[in-house]
Amino acid sequence: MTDFQADSILVLLDLTPSGELTKSAAGLLGAAAGVGTPVALIVGAAGAGEQAAADAAALGATHVLVAEGAEAGAQVTVPGADALAAAAELVRPDAILVPNSIEGREVAGRYAARSRSGLAVDAVAVSRDAEGVVAHHSVYGGAYNVDSAVTWGAPVITVREGAVDARAEAQPVSTEQLAVEASGRRAAAIGRVDEAVVTSSRPELRGAAKVVSGGRGLGSEAQFALVEQLADVLGAAVGASRAAVDAGYVPQSYQVGQTGVSVSPQLYIALGISGAIQHRAGMQTAKTIVAINKDGDAPIFEIADFGIVGDLFTVVPQLIAALEARKA
Amino acid sequence: MKIVVLVKEVPDTYGDRKLNLQTGLADRAASDTVLDEIGERALEVALSYADANAGTEVVVLSMSPESAAATVRKGLAMGASSAVQVVDDALAGADLGLTAEVLAAAVQRIGYDLVIAGNESTDGSGGVVPAMIAELLDVPNATSLNSVEIADGEVRGERASDHGTMQVTAALPAVISITERLPDARFPNFKGIMAAKKKPFETLSLADLGVDAETTEASRSIMISLAEKPPRTAGTKIVDEGDAGERLAEYLVQNRLA
Repeated sequence: MTDFQADSILVLLDLTPSGELTKSAAGLLGAAAGVGTPVALIVGAAGAGEQAAADAAALGATHVLVAEGAEAGAQVTVPGADALAAAAELVRPDAILVPNSIEGREVAGRYAARSRSGLAVDAVAVSRDAEGVVAHHSVYGGAYNVDSAVTWGAPVITVREGAVDARAEAQPVSTEQLAVEASGRRAAAIGRVDEAVVTSSRPELRGAAKVVSGGRGLGSEAQFALVEQLADVLGAAVGASRAAVDAGYVPQSYQVGQTGVSVSPQLYIALGISGAIQHRAGMQTAKTIVAINKDGDAPIFEIADFGIVGDLFTVVPQLIAALEARKA
Repeated sequence: MKIVVLVKEVPDTYGDRKLNLQTGLADRAASDTVLDEIGERALEVALSYADANAGTEVVVLSMSPESAAATVRKGLAMGASSAVQVVDDALAGADLGLTAEVLAAAVQRIGYDLVIAGNESTDGSGGVVPAMIAELLDVPNATSLNSVEIADGEVRGERASDHGTMQVTAALPAVISITERLPDARFPNFKGIMAAKKKPFETLSLADLGVDAETTEASRSIMISLAEKPPRTAGTKIVDEGDAGERLAEYLVQNRLA
């Protein structure tokens, strides 16, 4: 039986279908270490926990609870919520942090509804004041900063993936199997799982440090390749406006905007994107914004740190050549 | 088959959206409001099923200020059989927990075989309410679906997860949420708009639902501070004179971005 620190922060970590920690783990544990003592919870199929637990310790978990069971991969949301309930009962944390992923946030939702805990979603940071752990949010596409707290008890906070830069110090591995009593809540059954194949070496859009996005101005699916060429020279992820997605140049997973992925990269380059508010809401928190557009009146220029009024089909190849020349 | 579709009035994302800096609430007067598009798609899923299966009842449910009644009515014009709006002053600024409790109580009162919602709204973007409602109703959540098939007492579909997709199946009654992969919603036609005026539209209060917004038994999330970020300002804007690519490369290198 482990004694848990009074300032424990329980952190639910996501696993990929093949059983590895997802990229959000480092930021979650970093955020937790900033406000208390991180205790990780890993929920997976039998045998999945050992390597993931060691990886979690390396990322700052002082103790790792492992809930292994066949249900984890067989039912939607309920096994995660049952494990989180058991872990919270054991650890009595000051706060519970969960990745704001599809799987993570639904587990957080079910657990919060069951325990009647205060739930704060999509935090970009957490801090501690005299009364407890506070969640910081960036809402309406980054137009407002909102802080939230709960009226009593440990808040359940989902943390935006890639939003927290802080990293925790590595800890010695300390693992414990967590006994979970099934709630018996009715759950949807999971059948075949198709893990997305990573087909390129490009960074993922969510959490990328640099993003190059293309809009309707690219004109066709074939010409959208220019966006990808520039992205590869810069080591950037590829995004798109809704107009480009609707026109069929790229799949919907590329969409940056209010509907789609929100990004906050160091560099955002918008090619042939007019900059409708819908799009700006998903990228205007970028540190540096560059825009290239034929139309000098395009609203994207109102927020661009460096704007070029010109034909992207001449400017971008010149830019690529200039960048490659400097690398050589 | 009785299907309850959750719909929401949201500020139009094609306009500026404002929060009231005094109350912390959405400033509904500052922007056009619309029926959230993902909720319209959820309604389309229900209406397509109803088109193919006689005897299907489709109820749109919304928790919103009274002023949103006209927006909710659009669901009737699109083809829903009836509408239920939960209106109560005590719900202003309701957090996710209270919202889920109210909607679950309303769904329970209406009666249902299937609840359909959008996967996340365009304003709150929480993406948690459908799973919370499922928990409170003790039914499965088959959420984040790219496709929906309703048959033989169950609902099936492809769930868009974080690292790929999975086929999921839930016995009815169940709560599902759908993604933007589902088809666009139909437009209300003139006949639908006229018919909507005669359809049942019920307004419920918290007292009707037996929900206490002020209970201290549940912990609530509250806003403790709110600040508007200064708007971004434009930087350098140049017109390409044949060297813009070179100049941008220079800018990126100087700023350590390339």
